[in-house]
Amino acid sequence: MKKILSLGLVRGLLWQIAGTAAGALLVTGIRALMGLNPWGSFLFTEPAWVVGALTGVIAFVWGVGALTDWFKWALGEETPEHREDPPGWEKYFGVSLDHKVIGIQYTVTAILLLLVGGLFALIFRLELAASGMQFISLQLYNTLMSLHGMVMIVGILLGVAGVMNYLVPMLIGAHDMAFPRLNAFSYWIAPPAAIVLLSSLALGGFDTGWTGYPPLSTRSPVGIQMFFVGVWVSGWSSILGGLNLIATVMRLSAKGMTAFRMPILAWASVATSLISLTATQLIGLSFQLVMFQRLLGMGFFDPAKGGNPILFQHLFWFYSHPVVYVFILPGLGVVSELLPVFVRKPLFGYRWVAMSSLGIALVGFLVWAHHMFTSGMNEYLRVPFMYSTLLVAVPTGVKFFSWVATLWKGKIETPTPMLFVLGAIVVFLMGGLSGPPNGVVTTDLHLHDTYFVVGHFHDTMFGGYIFPFFAAIYYWFPKATGRRMSEKLGKLHFWLLFPSFLVMTFLMMRVGLLGMRRRIADYDPALGLDFWHLLITISAFLIAASVLVFLYNFFRSIKHGEPAPGNIWRSRSPEWQVPSPMPVHNYEEAFEVVGEPYDYGLPGSTYIRFNGKSH
Amino acid sequence: MRHFVIVGVLVLLLSILTFWGLEAMGLMPVQASLQAQTVDWMFRLEMAVISFLFALIVVPLVYSLLVFRRKPGDTSDGEHIEGNTRLEVTWTVLPLITVLVFSYLGAVTLGETRRLDPNAMVVNVTAFQWGWRFEYPDYGIQSNKLYLPANRQVVLKMNSNDVIHSFWVPEFRIKQDVVPGRTTEYRITPVQIGEYKVRCAEICGASHAYMVAPVVVVSQTDFQKWVQESVAAQAATSGPDPKRGEKLYNELGCKACHSIDGSKGVGPTWKGLWGEQVKLSDGTTVVADEAYIIESIRQPQAKIVAGFEQQAMPAFTTLTDAELADLIAFIQTLK
Repeated sequence: MKKILSLGLVRGLLWQIAGTAAGALLVTGIRALMGLNPWGSFLFTEPAWVVGALTGVIAFVWGVGALTDWFKWALGEETPEHREDPPGWEKYFGVSLDHKVIGIQYTVTAILLLLVGGLFALIFRLELAASGMQFISLQLYNTLMSLHGMVMIVGILLGVAGVMNYLVPMLIGAHDMAFPRLNAFSYWIAPPAAIVLLSSLALGGFDTGWTGYPPLSTRSPVGIQMFFVGVWVSGWSSILGGLNLIATVMRLSAKGMTAFRMPILAWASVATSLISLTATQLIGLSFQLVMFQRLLGMGFFDPAKGGNPILFQHLFWFYSHPVVYVFILPGLGVVSELLPVFVRKPLFGYRWVAMSSLGIALVGFLVWAHHMFTSGMNEYLRVPFMYSTLLVAVPTGVKFFSWVATLWKGKIETPTPMLFVLGAIVVFLMGGLSGPPNGVVTTDLHLHDTYFVVGHFHDTMFGGYIFPFFAAIYYWFPKATGRRMSEKLGKLHFWLLFPSFLVMTFLMMRVGLLGMRRRIADYDPALGLDFWHLLITISAFLIAASVLVFLYNFFRSIKHGEPAPGNIWRSRSPEWQVPSPMPVHNYEEAFEVVGEPYDYGLPGSTYIRFNGKSH
Repeated sequence: MRHFVIVGVLVLLLSILTFWGLEAMGLMPVQASLQAQTVDWMFRLEMAVISFLFALIVVPLVYSLLVFRRKPGDTSDGEHIEGNTRLEVTWTVLPLITVLVFSYLGAVTLGETRRLDPNAMVVNVTAFQWGWRFEYPDYGIQSNKLYLPANRQVVLKMNSNDVIHSFWVPEFRIKQDVVPGRTTEYRITPVQIGEYKVRCAEICGASHAYMVAPVVVVSQTDFQKWVQESVAAQAATSGPDPKRGEKLYNELGCKACHSIDGSKGVGPTWKGLWGEQVKLSDGTTVVADEAYIIESIRQPQAKIVAGFEQQAMPAFTTLTDAELADLIAFIQTLK
């Protein structure tokens, strides 16, 4: 019991409960004093819940200990530069300053959230297996569907942070991130945010979809406020994480690692971080404005008070479009990083691939209004946004062509990570090809808000993020544990997932074209879509089965995997030149970059040389 | 060289096969409007290019996997090819030209779907949680079905009473959001006689899935007949009728907020409302008589019932005096 209470996570959770109660009671007390109704339909009133949620988050971060060192500094106390973590599993449940521990914390939290989001999807997919309402209510359907979206998004954001946190310092030869305490803070703000987000289920849910468009979101139950607060808080994690990563790559990379000798994943991570550092504010702001409209009666988006509902959509998509590139750029970086290893050939057109990530990130800022072609915004705006949207296809195409050219005349081997890399390319290709019809205004008038879009972006998310995420886990698992995951189970995972996923998204696009709208709890049997929907549901459950195989493999291999202490993939990358698991401060000796990262097939070449100096 | 020839042939074959397969499957629903023909033309062109690009990536990928597989026991590396600038420029510039052409065609076809016919018939559309209502200002007809004559353009002027909705008839292809506080416009020329449905495409709350209304496309003569019958039916009505009031209650969306069984809703219940003393938010009371109810429908913000300050009901300014009388007659029956 005492041991459990000493875990940072447990203390944080207890503090969060106390903090929420304190904040909510404070508002309730003030309301009582002012003569306002102190109690609401979910015990507290809406303002009390919002303030409580915020104080709860602050209390969590304080309780877990993520602020301790800063407070000590403020009081003039010294803290050690490197804090030693306790050995064993406990370090993962408390504040650690080691980027590898934080990376694993992010990754495991991400997997948990993705599982929750996936579970929501399974519930409503079961409902959608046939027309008519089977076993959940309309409101519950809407809540689960909306939460599926946002929980998956937060899960992917944390997963992205996990991949970047764990790998980037290692790849560039740093011993940690530039700001280790800020790094810990960025992680520890996320779990309470996720809890707040999920608590919306208990507070009446919400029926707006993850987009939360007003005026609908101004009429939803209190649950929507928890959704807003949860997203608002987790945005801090993205912003600060992005800042930290850019500083790390700029300042801490190894001697000789010039821009065009960086691993491609570092390029992708910088591009991603530029977006999360500068765009996340907009979704926080747009949700905050609706929050204020609800709490304080400010009519930002209320036409009756001179507001404009379309303005919200501009603010919202100014972040929410670029953020899809936050999801996919690191994933595409993983694909480019692993391909040369398993093809035994240099990455074709390294510089072009590196610049295409930046290109996508920058053009991605100019396309947001393509989500609004039917919204009723100024009509003439649709044409320039069509041009800018289709432009994204150019740097994306560069990536595809470069990957195919890398495969050409290689000596290809296909262990599990490579299977997922190839799966990512094919699935992302499906996502990429189904994109332009949404980008051309004429066809989007038909496709917008249908299952065609649902199929399209699930392809981009899985191809651009989930498949590469799995590839990265299979590939770098030995770096974290010294053991490798089972190949047999890994291949089973892939062959269950890949075909079912392609079938699922292809059928989603098909029913969308035939008239299936997005975000509906029930569909018209007259459309004749029942059979396709049944197949989609079956595919979804096969995907879930493949994930169970993965989870079993993952947790079993931590202790019982085949030992893999050395460079099992014959990689040139620095992290594989030292034994696994990775030592606490990464490299005992600093290294110097003396060659190109992906010069496979060039006899006698090497990427790095350890120079004998310690860090 | 041999590899390139084989891959080239396979790419061509797979492109044709993919495009043919997609066409044979039948991707789109019935083409029921002039605008749908434009949209489908554009879509078909996109599918052709997509089929080609699909083959262009998948064929060399699978071919490489089969032909350039590592032999067991071979630990040597592949050929050291770092890149090829000419190739990179080619596959940057060609896609660039393609997307510019497609954007241009997209703009041209968009203009095509928005072409306005000066003789177009206007229909006012009101969207609400969760239904549609159509008003024909030329004929003074109100309806919950959208009757349209074939081969004549119709312009829908759309308003929303509450949240954002979206007008979409899959067979017409075009979609347009309906936004509170502004009028959006939808231009369509039905060409195929038949019964379709308008389906709300923007999530609008719990019953979003069921926000559907019939769209009936009939011949010009049948349309004239329907107009005459509807006008006659409306003229034949005499005096307030609670049955028609109940129909309005359902069609206008009153029921989304006001219950008739006394249960609590977004707005006050109508049960027992008639003749009651109503407590207002400013502390005064008012008797629920004809004048009060009419004012509450036309200018809902004039007097707000205590406890309902949070919700602003939209003003229903288009209702005729006869319709208001029907509604009041209906309310009178809710004892």
